[in-house]
Amino acid sequence: MSGRVLPFRRASPPGPVPRAAVAPAEPVAAPSGPEQAQRFRSLVMPHLDAAYSLARYLARDAHAAEDIAQEALLKAYRKIETLRAQDAKPWLMAIVRNAYFDWRRQQAGDAISGAATEAALEETADLAHVSAEDALIARGDVAALRGAIAALPEPFREALVLRDLEELSYRQIAEVTGAPMGTVMSRLARARGMLAERLGLAEAAS
Amino acid sequence: MTACPDKALLLNALVDGELDAGHALEAEAHAASCAGCAAELAALRTLKETLRAAAPAYAAPSELRARIEASLVEMTTARPKRRVAAEIWALAGGLGAVAASLVIFALRPTGDSLESQLVEAQARSLQAAHLTDVATSNRHVVKPWFNGKVDFAPPVVDLAGDGYPLVGGRLDHVGGRAAAALVFRRRAHVINLFIWPGQGSGAPAVERLQGYNLVRWGAGGLTFWAVSDVDAADLQAFQRLYAKATG
Repeated sequence: MSGRVLPFRRASPPGPVPRAAVAPAEPVAAPSGPEQAQRFRSLVMPHLDAAYSLARYLARDAHAAEDIAQEALLKAYRKIETLRAQDAKPWLMAIVRNAYFDWRRQQAGDAISGAATEAALEETADLAHVSAEDALIARGDVAALRGAIAALPEPFREALVLRDLEELSYRQIAEVTGAPMGTVMSRLARARGMLAERLGLAEAAS
Repeated sequence: MTACPDKALLLNALVDGELDAGHALEAEAHAASCAGCAAELAALRTLKETLRAAAPAYAAPSELRARIEASLVEMTTARPKRRVAAEIWALAGGLGAVAASLVIFALRPTGDSLESQLVEAQARSLQAAHLTDVATSNRHVVKPWFNGKVDFAPPVVDLAGDGYPLVGGRLDHVGGRAAAALVFRRRAHVINLFIWPGQGSGAPAVERLQGYNLVRWGAGGLTFWAVSDVDAADLQAFQRLYAKATG
């Protein structure tokens, strides 16, 4: 089972990529039949919360997250035939991630300058730092914890959300993000270090 | 006192359960002999526990779920089809989305008994991971969630101490009216408790339909229907516990 072929590929595969080693049993018709809908419902819809949550942590905006998640789910529906049952969650996470990048490009096209975005990020970071008081966290204050996660720089935030909230394996995160395993691991370690520091959980702040 | 920089990834992988036995042993042995790494390992475990306990992941808003369901219905029924009504009905499995529910109930043949609608609502709730709109065992969260969604206040209690933990709540539609659905678990089984305004009082009565047990009663101006595949005795016990806790 080690040679398992994941149903999605890295962003730009070098040269023509062979189809999945195990070909689908029968040719799949274009989606929109009841069977596709049934498959979508049973395999993809259970991960709607995860899709929305990832979109929300990436975009850091509730409305944008809804749009991104909706776009991703519809995209997932249209390409449901590329999904194999055991990989539904990382498969969907990768689609959400792409939908987020589409959204961000669109934002950039809408003349929101990079500087403004950076400023917004700084602001979020400050807010989170102030609100993430030890006492709040000790009480399990979800809002403060969410703020502290949201304040992490993107690649670290993404790694942490995929691992600690969505419980993807290192390998799945590497597939979803297109980053080498070692990069995933160091991002995750950094993310946790930063988060622990923000939450006042780490003595040795470095 | 600081952790060894070259062990950071190893310690993270250890708490993530990503190490094979050999490497896990190595990491543990190192932490046992290095105070800095032992502290780092403890900090990592505390962080993971904090994240697990606080569960900071977001739940999708029910409106988003409803919109996606509506799109699904639209996409799968855009082409002319022979058994359109039957397909829509099949697709509606598990939706619980208000907008789509209204469509479904408009298309439904009238005259279905309330009992069979309840059983269908129960089956639907189990199908497509739409058991709950608000998934929490905290009754102080579930109860206010219904504010503005239904025009009555469903009594919400957690019966975990009695073996019927509260799982969450859901807005459902039964018999053309909005109903609050509270979701409880009994071991591996799910109990849906449907509530809407109705006869103020009524002794519990048990029915059985398509393998499900139903217990209905009335209290405080509300009608209650508990629906589940647990056996009748368990469901009646649930009814007594719930009525006692809310009475």
